[in-house]
Amino acid sequence: MNEITVSADRSHLEDVQRFIETELEPVNCPIKIRMQIALAVEEIFVNISDYAYHPGIGFVTIRSTIQKDKPAITIQFRDQGKPYNPLKKIDADITLNAEDRTIGGLGILLVKKTMDSVRYDYQDGTNILTIEKILK
Amino acid sequence: MEIQELKEGSKLTIALSGRLDTITAPDLENKLNSSLNAVEELVFDFKELGYLSSAGLRVLLSAQKRMNKQGSLVIHGVNETIMEIFEATGFTDILKIE
Repeated sequence: MNEITVSADRSHLEDVQRFIETELEPVNCPIKIRMQIALAVEEIFVNISDYAYHPGIGFVTIRSTIQKDKPAITIQFRDQGKPYNPLKKIDADITLNAEDRTIGGLGILLVKKTMDSVRYDYQDGTNILTIEKILK
Repeated sequence: MEIQELKEGSKLTIALSGRLDTITAPDLENKLNSSLNAVEELVFDFKELGYLSSAGLRVLLSAQKRMNKQGSLVIHGVNETIMEIFEATGFTDILKIE
């Protein structure tokens, strides 16, 4: 298991993406899966950056575990911000026409649709969002 | 992300390359805000675009809403991964993708 801790701020998105890319480097996995993981990481990290500590500031820790046998990656986002379960948010209505559409909720919807599992826990004042993606 | 513009009369083609994400989406938003006056036909060329997140979807949605009022919007050259994002979010129903 490896981890990185950064300020929950959009300006650290690239640091977080680079950390996950480095984790995936030794693994032979299709480019499409790498993109889907990058997308999920962006959506979750930006969400935490924008809301977890708003209007204050705080940290977020990203833990990555590669399971070579599956193979799969498990990525955990841990923050001590306001308790918030993004999985409880009602999915964006994707059947509305352009005029009636709002963009809220699309990010977490994409995470749910592209990852193999998404789990939320709240323990000891910590929001823990865990995603898993099979790497083949 | 690189943004290239080609203006032909009331037609504007915008070619994007790289990543349309949280970091770069504001660049495209600014470009559209300053370039869409009197444009009746907006074409996005996505051949060189490799990555799109919900921040990019938001800009595309607002471009579609604006072009609904003043003309048309078409997207060309969408790769398989980005097409799946459009499908997962129902954007295939509100965007014209060729």
